[in-house]
Amino acid sequence: MKERAIGIIFTLLGLVSVLFVLLITVYLIVSGVPAIGEIGFINFMFGKVWRSTGSDPQFGILPFILTTIWGTIGSLIIGLPIGFFSAVYLAKMAPKRIRDIFVVIIGVISGVPSVVYGLVGMLVLVPFVRTVFNLPDGASLFASIIVLAVMILPTVIKVSLTSLEAVPKDYEEASLALGATKIETYFRVSVPAARSGILTSVVLGIGRAIGEAMAVMMVAGNVANMPSIFKSVRYLTTAVAIEMSYSSGLQRQALFSIALVLFCFIMIINGILMVLRRENKDA
Amino acid sequence: MNIIESKNLDLFYSSHQALKNINLSFPENSVSALIGPSGCGKSTFLKTLNRMNDLIDGVKVTGQILYNGKDIYASDVDVNELRKDVGMVFQKPNPFMMSIYDNIAYGPRTHGIKNKAVLDELVESSLKGAALWDEVKDRLKKSALGLSGGQQQRLCIARALAVKPKVLLMDEPTSALDPISTSKIEELVVTLKDKYTIVIVTHNMQQALRISDLTAFFLLGNLIEVGKTEELFSSPKEKKTEDYITGRFG
Repeated sequence: MKERAIGIIFTLLGLVSVLFVLLITVYLIVSGVPAIGEIGFINFMFGKVWRSTGSDPQFGILPFILTTIWGTIGSLIIGLPIGFFSAVYLAKMAPKRIRDIFVVIIGVISGVPSVVYGLVGMLVLVPFVRTVFNLPDGASLFASIIVLAVMILPTVIKVSLTSLEAVPKDYEEASLALGATKIETYFRVSVPAARSGILTSVVLGIGRAIGEAMAVMMVAGNVANMPSIFKSVRYLTTAVAIEMSYSSGLQRQALFSIALVLFCFIMIINGILMVLRRENKDA
Repeated sequence: MNIIESKNLDLFYSSHQALKNINLSFPENSVSALIGPSGCGKSTFLKTLNRMNDLIDGVKVTGQILYNGKDIYASDVDVNELRKDVGMVFQKPNPFMMSIYDNIAYGPRTHGIKNKAVLDELVESSLKGAALWDEVKDRLKKSALGLSGGQQQRLCIARALAVKPKVLLMDEPTSALDPISTSKIEELVVTLKDKYTIVIVTHNMQQALRISDLTAFFLLGNLIEVGKTEELFSSPKEKKTEDYITGRFG
C-alpha cells in the first residue's frame, strides 16, 4: 500500500516535469508559427534585413542564424583543439596531482555564471580587440567567439576526460607491447576507443554555444548585421532578449518565431546527442 | 643458445621486494613455463622481459636481463624496438575495437609499413600462424569484438606475430577461456616454438606439463627450481616444488 502511494507520487512528480517541457514546446509553436505565416517562411528565414521598428518593418533573421552558426563554428575551431588536447594530457600524461588540481579548477570554471564571462569579456577582451585590430569598436563576432570558446572548454574537457579515462588499460598495454610509443598509443588506440564520448563533448559544447545569451550579448555589439568577423553582430538568443521588453504586435510575434527557430536548433543538437549515446551503449 | 637470460635480477615495488635474485635463461625455440602460486612473482618476472613493468609507478629493477647478450635495461636501449622483438599476449583477450584486419595490421603500421600488399600478406600469414585464418578469412573487415573469447585470444596472438617477434611472452593466456579454446591455444603454442621462443606463465600445472620444455617454479619472489619439465614434475629436487606440484598448497 505504502509502496504504491510512493510510486504514484513519484510518477506524478515525474509527469510534472515532462508536462512543463510539453507546455513550453506547445506555447512556442502556438506563438511562433503565426508570425512566420504572416511574414512568409522564406522571407523570415532567409531575409537579410531585420528592421523591426521602422515604418516599413522587415523581419529577416538570416543575419541571426548565420551569426549563431559562425559564432558556434568559430568557438569550436578555437575551443575544441585546446579542450581535446587538454583532456588527452590530463587523462594520459599529467601527474596525478596536477590532474586532480585541474579537475577541481575545471569544475569551478564550469560553475561560473555566464554574466561573469560577459563582464570580463566586456571590460578586458573588447577593448583589447579594439586596440589590437584598430577597430572603432571591439564588440564583434570575433570577441564573442573568444568568449564562447572559453565557455565551452570546461564541458569539452570534462566529458572527453571522463571517456578517455574509461578506456581499459588492456588496450593501451596491448599497443605498447607491440612496440608502439605512448603517444602513438594514445592517439591510435585510446582516442578512437573514447570516440563517442569525445563526440558527445563536442555536441554538448555546440549546445552550450548556441544557447548562450548573456555573455554573448555583452561582447557581440548586437547590431543586426550580416556576420563578419570584426563587425558588431546579433545572435538568435540575443535577438530575442534585446527587443522583448519593448516589443509589440508582429514584432513581438516574430521574436517568438526566433525563439522557435532556436528551439529547433537545440532539438537537432539533442537528437544528435541521443544517437551518439545509443551508439555509445552498443560499442 | 639462450636468447633471454636474467642475471641477479631484483625487483622492488616501492619498498616491497617482489623478485629476489632471479637467474634464469631461456633457450631459443623452446617453450618455458613459469609456475607458482598467486603472488609468487611469475607474472612480474615475465613483464620484466619486455619492460612492461616500466608502466607501473615505483618499480625499480636491479641486475640484468640479457636479450641476445645485450642488457635491455641499459640506457641506450629503445624500449619500443625491444617490445617489437619480445611480444606479449595477455591474460584477458584484449583486441582493439577495430576490424580483425586492422587489429593485425596495427603493429606493422606502427612500425612504418604502409604498402597494402605487404600488409595483406602479413595479416594472412599472422592469422595462419595463429590458426585463425580459416575461421575469419571471410570477415576480415568485421569488428574483432564479434569473435568468441578463444578466437579473440588467437587474434591477439596473431597480432603479436604480425610484428615478427623473436620471443613471445604469454601471461596466463588461457585462464579466461573454456577447455576447447584452451586446448586450441595449447596446440598452437607447441607449433609456434619452431619459429619463436615462448615463455608462458600458467596456473595450470597440467598445461605446463603438456606444452613446455622447461619449467621454472617461483615462490614468494624466489626462483625455487628450474629444469626440464618432465624431470621437474617427476622428480623434483626441492621439497617445496614437490609440495606445490603434488597439490599440498597453492
